[in-house]
Amino acid sequence: MIERRSRLTRILTVELPILVIVAFAIAPYVWMVLTSIKPDADITVFPVRYLPQQVTFGHYQVLLEQTSFLGNLLNSLVIALGAVALGLFASIPAAYAFSRFRFRGRQVLMTQFLVINLFPVVLLIIPLFVMMRSLGLLDTHLGIILGHATFAIPFSVWMLTSYMSGIPPELDEAAMMDGATRLQAIVLVILPLLMPGVVTTGIYIFVTSWNEYLFAMMLSGDAVRTVTVALQLFIGEFTVQWGLLTAGGTLVALPVTILFLIVQRRLVGGLTAGAVKS
Amino acid sequence: MQFAMTSARRHLLPYWFLAPALLIELAIILYPVLQTAWMSLHDYVLFRPNNAPFIALGNFIRAANDPVFWLSLGNSLIWIVGIIAVQFVLGLGTALLLNQSFWWRGVARALVVIPWALPSVIIGLMWTWMYDYNLGVINDVLLRIGLIHEPIAWLARPDTTLPSIMLALVWQGFPFFAVTILAGLQTVSRELLEAAEIDGATRFQRLRLVVLPSIAQVLATVLLLRTIWVANSLDVILVMTGGGPGYASYTLPLYAFLEAYSSMQFGYGAALSLILTVLLLFVVYAYVRRAAAAEIAK
Repeated sequence: MIERRSRLTRILTVELPILVIVAFAIAPYVWMVLTSIKPDADITVFPVRYLPQQVTFGHYQVLLEQTSFLGNLLNSLVIALGAVALGLFASIPAAYAFSRFRFRGRQVLMTQFLVINLFPVVLLIIPLFVMMRSLGLLDTHLGIILGHATFAIPFSVWMLTSYMSGIPPELDEAAMMDGATRLQAIVLVILPLLMPGVVTTGIYIFVTSWNEYLFAMMLSGDAVRTVTVALQLFIGEFTVQWGLLTAGGTLVALPVTILFLIVQRRLVGGLTAGAVKS
Repeated sequence: MQFAMTSARRHLLPYWFLAPALLIELAIILYPVLQTAWMSLHDYVLFRPNNAPFIALGNFIRAANDPVFWLSLGNSLIWIVGIIAVQFVLGLGTALLLNQSFWWRGVARALVVIPWALPSVIIGLMWTWMYDYNLGVINDVLLRIGLIHEPIAWLARPDTTLPSIMLALVWQGFPFFAVTILAGLQTVSRELLEAAEIDGATRFQRLRLVVLPSIAQVLATVLLLRTIWVANSLDVILVMTGGGPGYASYTLPLYAFLEAYSSMQFGYGAALSLILTVLLLFVVYAYVRRAAAAEIAK
């Protein structure tokens, strides 16, 4: 027992301040969702009418039926899943190398995966545009997936190495002693134990790719426009149509909010493991 | 002979496992970075790529004489220092509060994290809507409680634009500070805290003399990561104002991006982004030096 305080002091010094902070954190979100279900008459009055007089899903209907938004959602989904696949494909073997071997250049290579994360996006985006243009990958799913791999791969190598280092090497060594090949040891022993880490990393890549805007804008045209780019264009097109815009915002934000809430605890653990340990 | 072969092959094994990640990186990160360096030394304009004369440090000299560059750099400084300072204080406060026990702590912790999950475009959209001159909820609230007497065009006035966007970014980023610092706080030794309390340390003394020193390494790492992230982030500005009004919300990465994207001045944009990178490397260097010094002091 560190300290005994009365219930009232606790409410005043802890619960009330945290309530204010939570309100600050979710107010813009709530306001967006609330705007999206109001009829236009309730949106365009000042002083502001806080609660809708009547709830409507009309904006969602217009957005999905009369604009390209559904197609944009699909593009974002394909690209995010592609980024997850490419990120995991490249980083699981890399994490295996870092956690199971001691070799020349290991430290340097590990550090560069961290440092590369810190490069400004603008530094990469200009030459990547030129490169994708000459390869004919502009405005294709693959082009944007490769753009997103610039942050997905370094991040997942880092995360998965820390997860894999937590799996005792004796386990897969024992399997190999008993006659399993290296590949069998990886697939049958390590991967099942690594699953929580793979899921967390995969979801994080998915969320970052889904949310990403600059690469998607620079590397896409009309054919594979993502939701974030489409939404930004809508802002220009439908300046006053806040109902439509907030409906789009809600549709984009909802899935990532849910995914993020699922993984956030483990994610913070993985991200801070290095910092906390040292 | 055969043994030597297998041993050499075993030696190469980790590199094979690393090959996919390294090759992709080489193609989409290292090669582009080198190309940026090459472009920065040329007068490279997108629509005439075959006529890009070598101009040595011409682009960098141009930056030194470019008032917009200096203005963007100044704005970037305000941007970084302002956002990081407020995020840090707010994040630390939130973490300390969430480290107390109360019955709805789990819910509070989950809700606070939400802004971190959102795309910058949505953040730009939400806040543009709330800052709206005619229909915005921020003007409405401030008018109702009497803090202002007429609506303010937050994103159209040169003096309020940058701070307004900075608030949106503070909102987006403070949860990251909060949860990482919270993870650090949970490693602070209970025995040490209790001993300090028995010795008569006040709450504030315990925070300053026990808690903060124990999480110094976490704080430094979070500060470094966030500084770099905030320094590089330009999408919220791009969505909310595109840099305007005038150059009021130009920051260095935004200027570099707009030079390439809107003006097709790839050479100059590349030079500007290289300047940004070098400036950030100094920050990383200072951090590594500090971390090394701390290591030696142990």
